Amino acid sequence: MHWERQDMSASRTFRVLPGFRLTLGYTLAYLSLIVLLPLAAVFLKTASLSIAEFWNVISAPRVVASYKLSFGMSLAAAAINAMFGLLLAWSLVRYSFPGKRVIDALVDLPFALPTAVAGIALTALYAKNGRIGQYLDPLGIQVAFKPLGVLVALVFIGLPFVVRTVQPILEDLDTELEEAAASLGARRWQIFRHVILPVLLPALLTGFALAFARAVGEYGSVIFIAGNIPMVSEITPLMIITKLEQYDYAGATAIAVVMLVVSFALLLLINGLQAWTASRTGRER
Amino acid sequence: MTVNILRRSLLALALTASLVGTAQAQTTLLNVSYDPTRELYQAFNPEFAKYWKVKTGQDVTIKQSHGGSGKQARAVIDGLEADVVTLALAYDIDVIAAKTNKFPADWQKRLPHNSSPYTSTIVFLVRKGNPKGIKDWGDLVKPDVQVITPNPKTSGGARWNYLAAWGYALQQPGGSEAKAKEFVTELFKHVPVLDSGARGATNTFVQRGIGDVLLAWENEAFLSVNELGPDKFEIVVPSVSILAEPPVTVVDGVAAKRGTTEVAKAYVEYLYSPAGQKIAAQHYYRPAKPELADPKDVARFPNLKTFTIDGLFGGWAKTQKAHFDDGGVFDQIFTR
Repeated sequence: MHWERQDMSASRTFRVLPGFRLTLGYTLAYLSLIVLLPLAAVFLKTASLSIAEFWNVISAPRVVASYKLSFGMSLAAAAINAMFGLLLAWSLVRYSFPGKRVIDALVDLPFALPTAVAGIALTALYAKNGRIGQYLDPLGIQVAFKPLGVLVALVFIGLPFVVRTVQPILEDLDTELEEAAASLGARRWQIFRHVILPVLLPALLTGFALAFARAVGEYGSVIFIAGNIPMVSEITPLMIITKLEQYDYAGATAIAVVMLVVSFALLLLINGLQAWTASRTGRER
Repeated sequence: MTVNILRRSLLALALTASLVGTAQAQTTLLNVSYDPTRELYQAFNPEFAKYWKVKTGQDVTIKQSHGGSGKQARAVIDGLEADVVTLALAYDIDVIAAKTNKFPADWQKRLPHNSSPYTSTIVFLVRKGNPKGIKDWGDLVKPDVQVITPNPKTSGGARWNYLAAWGYALQQPGGSEAKAKEFVTELFKHVPVLDSGARGATNTFVQRGIGDVLLAWENEAFLSVNELGPDKFEIVVPSVSILAEPPVTVVDGVAAKRGTTEVAKAYVEYLYSPAGQKIAAQHYYRPAKPELADPKDVARFPNLKTFTIDGLFGGWAKTQKAHFDDGGVFDQIFTR
């Protein structure tokens, strides 16, 4: 009794913000209800399979091929978005030009557009009779109904994540630092490499992680453009739908568990990397 | 003055709405169906409501739900309260019966013609003038022909396409299971895109201009030609095809609970009436009793030899397991 009181008075003395217990309790309850409960249901449903059955489902050749496509293309799309998203954010923050606000608003469009609409629009563009596809086809480049189409769709939906995470950091970044570096004789590449990039890297990694996470789970836009040929252009979410179509609920959740675990591990890795770069450059997270 | 009128008319509107609301609350039926029957039931439902009103004096409102056949079946299994299901293949209804126990497993014997008041078959849709000269199943595996068909694992309708091809090969002189597998394997090598549903495949063929031939239900093929212009596409009828039977049944458990057993039964039975058969034929479904439909509509259906799932494949349960379940023939085709 005595001890508990002391503890409470201690926390009262040292915490600047009130309501720690209440907010933490609320956070945990909310997270459990919204995030953990549905995830637990997924694991519970999978538990109806024996280990051997589980392994058979998740290691089937078609499913393995779909992991490679889904995770590989998602990583590639996130990398592309990290590069070009940074460029976009840079020009939006550093320069002023006519139509800047419109472009700024356009960036968010992939967020707002129903993914099926995005998928249908991209397919219409890149099919061999489409506006863009008709010029690519004679060059022997096929985008729609090939794995390349998956990449195009994932790049489209992931773009806002990088731009919107990098933009505020860039806005905060003092140009004086760059000017100081320049006056000390640094070349442009050196300024970017040693002054700008270290500050941006944590935000860039966050954007990368978000774009990646979104891409892995994406179904609506990809399904129209992928072609969905087994072993070639089937994404993992389609494998889940396929299982459901056979009333194989447990099999579907087994694949979902694999996606969850791999995604979580990758996100953890990226977050760790981000914390490391942040601490290295002395920025508070 | 105008404000007053506005207020009164609003009040009147609200009153009418509430009256209509209570009237509808008396009897409603939910018909859970698959995608390409939308127009058919839009025409049939008011006809049935009229008939029911005359017969019993009751007003009945029918709500419709459409989607992929398998998806719809899953919704019913997961608790969607369908009084009636009208799906693309018996297998989906079999699974509902098995998983929910809301109606007997031998439901398909309860109505004539395998509980299928209308049927269809699988035909080819080709581009105008039939540039690749496609006449029969054998032409689909010619070197430069590309075939569009949805994925039979995700699309109930596409299973009929696959089985039609299989049945053709099986019935050729010297045909065997091995020969059929060889043919279907070769056929799927000619498929550049596997859409997840039938309407998606139609889009790929029609809008994207991919492929030389679309395998389609006859009713969908007719609709495509009508809507997109006979100047762009034409229908090719193969020498032999499968009889696609999209069956209907009452979900006894739900109907009993909702007190709609009688009207639900009358609803599915009315599909076999002259009015029901006429509407089916108008919407390009082959009526189970062609003598009841408009001869003009019936004349649109070309004659062809058909085989059935029960006759050639031994029923859906066996076929599903052998061909479409994981590790089945369809998987083997792609993962060898």
